[in-house]
Amino acid sequence: MAVYKRSYKSYTGAHTATWPRFLILARYSYARLFQSKFLVLFMAVCLFYPLGCAAFIYLSHNLSFLETLNVDGAQLPHIDGRFFYVFCTVQGAFAYLLTAFVGPSLVSPDLANGAMPLYFSRPFSRTEYVAGKMILLLFLLSLITWIPGSVLYGIQASLAGWDWAKDNFWMERSVVLGCFVWITVLSLIALALSAWVKWKVIAGALVLGVFFAGAGFGAAINSVMRTHYGGLIDLTQVVHTIWSDLLRYDSGARLTVGEAWTVLIVICVACLWLLAKRVRPFEVVK
Amino acid sequence: MEPVIELAGLSVRFGKREILKNLTVALSGRIIGLLGPNGAGKSTLIQTLLGFCPAFSGTAKIFGHDTKRDMRRIRGLVGYMPENDSFIANMSAVSFVRMMGELSGLPAEAALERAHEVLFYVGLGEARYRPLGTYSLGMKQMAKLAQAIVHGPKLLILDEPTNGLDPSARQRMVRLIREMKDSGEMHILLCSHLLRDVEETCEEVLILKQGNIVHYANLEKERRANKRFVEIETAGNDAGLAEALSGLGCECSAAGAGRFKMVLPDGFELREIYRVAAARDLQLRRLNYRRDTLEDIFMKAMEA
Repeated sequence: MAVYKRSYKSYTGAHTATWPRFLILARYSYARLFQSKFLVLFMAVCLFYPLGCAAFIYLSHNLSFLETLNVDGAQLPHIDGRFFYVFCTVQGAFAYLLTAFVGPSLVSPDLANGAMPLYFSRPFSRTEYVAGKMILLLFLLSLITWIPGSVLYGIQASLAGWDWAKDNFWMERSVVLGCFVWITVLSLIALALSAWVKWKVIAGALVLGVFFAGAGFGAAINSVMRTHYGGLIDLTQVVHTIWSDLLRYDSGARLTVGEAWTVLIVICVACLWLLAKRVRPFEVVK
Repeated sequence: MEPVIELAGLSVRFGKREILKNLTVALSGRIIGLLGPNGAGKSTLIQTLLGFCPAFSGTAKIFGHDTKRDMRRIRGLVGYMPENDSFIANMSAVSFVRMMGELSGLPAEAALERAHEVLFYVGLGEARYRPLGTYSLGMKQMAKLAQAIVHGPKLLILDEPTNGLDPSARQRMVRLIREMKDSGEMHILLCSHLLRDVEETCEEVLILKQGNIVHYANLEKERRANKRFVEIETAGNDAGLAEALSGLGCECSAAGAGRFKMVLPDGFELREIYRVAAARDLQLRRLNYRRDTLEDIFMKAMEA
């Protein structure tokens, strides 16, 4: 039907496959997000530390350069579990800030503008909706966490040789798993909070608040009750416990690994429950 | 003809409260009106047809597909224009309609082409690159209509489409609805409080009250049948007119002040009335077909 023929004509063309439709949401959200110059700038800033790490790894293997600087290569920090633990801590913090910035703009505008019935009156399920929104966050957070982590491992492996790569493959596995766990938890928390608060700014503040308030209350409980269980509501402590375990580095975490994994699983289940309650085609008013 | 919407003992509950009570009806009109006072269950019925509310008992079918089993397929066949504001504020109309088209299964290029077409069709061609948040209420209604028809649905569900529209925008919306009906490519379920909109467009009307069907009317059939009901007004001495018309086979009754109501027999020519009046030197001041308006039908249904 040509534009100038203003009469109604039905669509008779082909249809796309059903399963990749959740990616449509991610594509449109991605296009909207990157209209923000601040986000582009922030993403660039997030990659400064991995670039610095890459430069460090390269230079630490460049003996002639170290000689010119009169630096003893043996005294430089080793590329080991601690190195990647610090990497995860720094990039995990950036991931957290990026989530607070991006996450609230994903679900809350749809709720505020009543767009849910439009999505769900189509052959498109609630699971696909959440997956479409979450995949965008996972993709953005992956770009600054486990992907640069893997690149760093790759650079180190290429410079240190096959034996090092083989002996230390657990580091690569741990970085990918540790970062993936963290970004999954962050994404779920951001989506759940954004689904419960219609205003973007407040949802963003809540994402920040969940972590700061958790850390504050956790510390208060620990000091008042003289226990370590306050750490259970401090998500940073929980995730550091898991990273310490995965990267075989003693960070002084007081929680056990089992407790940390349990807390993360409980948080994920709670977020999914909150999403299931809120991501609906219409609001149930009691 | 296969019914468009078929309800068989459909009941819907929210908690312990029964919203729809044992609805049974088969609707096959090209355009179906759904009427009822506030809280009658109109929106719940629409939400049940779209699979948003599960049926407590009974079945609802659209084009023969059960809403419990074939929801995904049904949603591919249906376009829905909700009553309330539903849009994504910081998106342009063309991106919004395109995205909705893609979610309905159109390939990206086809969805873009269709988005432009339907936005021109609903009269938003010039404003299609503006963010939806800057649209007036009437424009938002048109954008909602555009997203509902972008994928060429077989059944279009319109929930209060003329809400908040000024008279000219309302006329435009009603004209679009009629045009879509006349295209013969889709069926329309129109839910409205405005009886005039329903009367102007619909072939069938379903009236709900407190979750029950209180009246079903095929307006087309009634309109055809009502051609036999005539009301006349005369000036002059009308003595013996009723008897004379009764003698021609009409059921005639005086309504006072020179007015008569009559039911014409099959094959009766209207000129016979003029002939009888002329024979009595009576002036016929008015002659019109008397039929129940939708308002009459609605009020009767509410009183029932």
